[in-house]
Amino acid sequence: MGRNKLHFGDFVIAFICVLVAIICLVPMINLAARSLSSTDALVKHEVYLWPKGWNFDAYKTVLSDVKYIRSFFWTVFLTIMSMLISLLMTTICAYPLIFKELRGRKLINVIITITMFFNAGTIPNYLLIQKLGLLNNPLVLMIPYCLSVYNMIIMRSFFYGIPDSLRESAEIDGASYFRILWSIYLPLSKPVLATLALFYAVGRWNGYSDALMYMKKEIFYPLQLLLYNILNNVNSVEVATQEGFSTPGLAESLKAAIVMFSTIPILCVYPWLQKYFIAGTMVGAVKE
Amino acid sequence: MESKGDIGTARNKQSVGVYLKKYWQLYLLLFIPMLYLLIFKYIPMIYVQIAFKKYSIIESVWTLPLAEKNGFQYFIQAFNDNDFLRALRNTVVLNLLDLVIGFPVPIIFAIILNELVFTRFKKAVQTVAYMPHFLSWVIIYGLALQLFAPSTGLINNILTKFGKDAVPFLNDSAHWVWTYIFLGVWQSFGWNSIIYLAAIAGINQELYEAAEVDGAGRWSRIWHITLPGIKPTIVILLIMAIGNIMGSSFDRPYALQNNLVMDWANVISTYVYTRGIKGLQFSLTTAVGLFQSVVGVFFLLTANHISRKMGERGIW
Repeated sequence: MGRNKLHFGDFVIAFICVLVAIICLVPMINLAARSLSSTDALVKHEVYLWPKGWNFDAYKTVLSDVKYIRSFFWTVFLTIMSMLISLLMTTICAYPLIFKELRGRKLINVIITITMFFNAGTIPNYLLIQKLGLLNNPLVLMIPYCLSVYNMIIMRSFFYGIPDSLRESAEIDGASYFRILWSIYLPLSKPVLATLALFYAVGRWNGYSDALMYMKKEIFYPLQLLLYNILNNVNSVEVATQEGFSTPGLAESLKAAIVMFSTIPILCVYPWLQKYFIAGTMVGAVKE
Repeated sequence: MESKGDIGTARNKQSVGVYLKKYWQLYLLLFIPMLYLLIFKYIPMIYVQIAFKKYSIIESVWTLPLAEKNGFQYFIQAFNDNDFLRALRNTVVLNLLDLVIGFPVPIIFAIILNELVFTRFKKAVQTVAYMPHFLSWVIIYGLALQLFAPSTGLINNILTKFGKDAVPFLNDSAHWVWTYIFLGVWQSFGWNSIIYLAAIAGINQELYEAAEVDGAGRWSRIWHITLPGIKPTIVILLIMAIGNIMGSSFDRPYALQNNLVMDWANVISTYVYTRGIKGLQFSLTTAVGLFQSVVGVFFLLTANHISRKMGERGIW
């Protein structure tokens, strides 16, 4: 906009934006403050947005507990593996579909689209997993949701944006289709690959319902499910508090520290990928 | 005639061979995702028939005996089950509240952000507003406990400090519903605004310049240029939201619910989980799931039809 004068309204709008930012940030700041506060200050309800009685005891407890550390590294491994599997699946599904001359392409598109509208449901999916012998198998946390049709459409739209002339000249030079994918499409698709890598990684890092339904072995619990169980045990204390018992302060800061511990990795990653995922979301929105 | 036909098929066979020789790599690539879809999306559809059958672990789904009342036993049972009726009501009510309150917020936020003239600050606000989208519902539940818990939560600490009564944000059904809606809006408004910001960016800038020349103020600019410019996007997203009114995600309600508020917090997805996977009532819960997806598709088709009638383009 070619305006260079500042109006009173501009400051009102800036003020609203500051408020919005505060609403988004306060819960995280409060959590961080609690995780760094002393038991004493927490019991007396003195902690708001800044830690009182600075200490790292809660983090020391978390970091010295084998259960969290193991779950953390298992979840990191899971996240990386499922991200790679999903990116591979998404690419090999999207790439052939950009060839308009490919026979059966329409039928394949229909087969894919139907799965977006009709889902068999929780129980049929569960029975399938059971039949496949995947219950309590660590693979169940990587395979069943390894292809998102929505993400595939985003990638396909991005591939459509790459000029056909590039691949046609490569075809004339005798390059195979594998080769064209590897040397032309993938190098040009870094933004969409970064976006989808983020989407898949966040989905795996944050997901807990598949583990809740399909995984009974605690050593394979992803961090979020472990966190869910911990929070809910502490929550029963919380309910008890209402009836007149006192909450142990360390449990409070420990709870906060565990939540911080399982949040920080994602919060460190997403701002760097922001320009990619905005572009990626827009591709999906404009095309379909 | 016959020989001509023979030549034709021979040519055809040859061209199929040539065709496959050229394109086999693409089919090979497609084979794996197609196999995945067949196994993980289409085979489960076979199991849907247990909604009409008496389930047993030992027998194949094809040979299971039909359930009573021409197979509709479990549907009738579900509609006589107060827990299910409550879950159905809760699903619709919570989704409606999400729609009425949650749908306009990203639009308003995108418009406000578009009016913000301080570019660097705008980037910072965006980064901060996208953050909640990257938090899992378990983490958000953890955050909510720190904020809203009756005796230890930040807000209730402040309230009690000023001599007010603590508010049972999480432990009383009526309050819980609003906490649930608020957390949903909090988590998604920033992320959902991206698509509107993209639509606003696509509006012809000359329109704004012309309005400037005509001396249009901020309100008329928003009302006559920005809003009409993003109307198609709003309509499409509204249709999708209405079509999803029967849908129920699992992660959000399951993470946020607790025993004290189950009368309003139990939705279809969590009902299916507790009754089906935990309670092993497979036929009943498959029937419930089937009912939900059939009604869901009906809503989607209807919403799309209405939007076409109104002269907007549909989703497909």
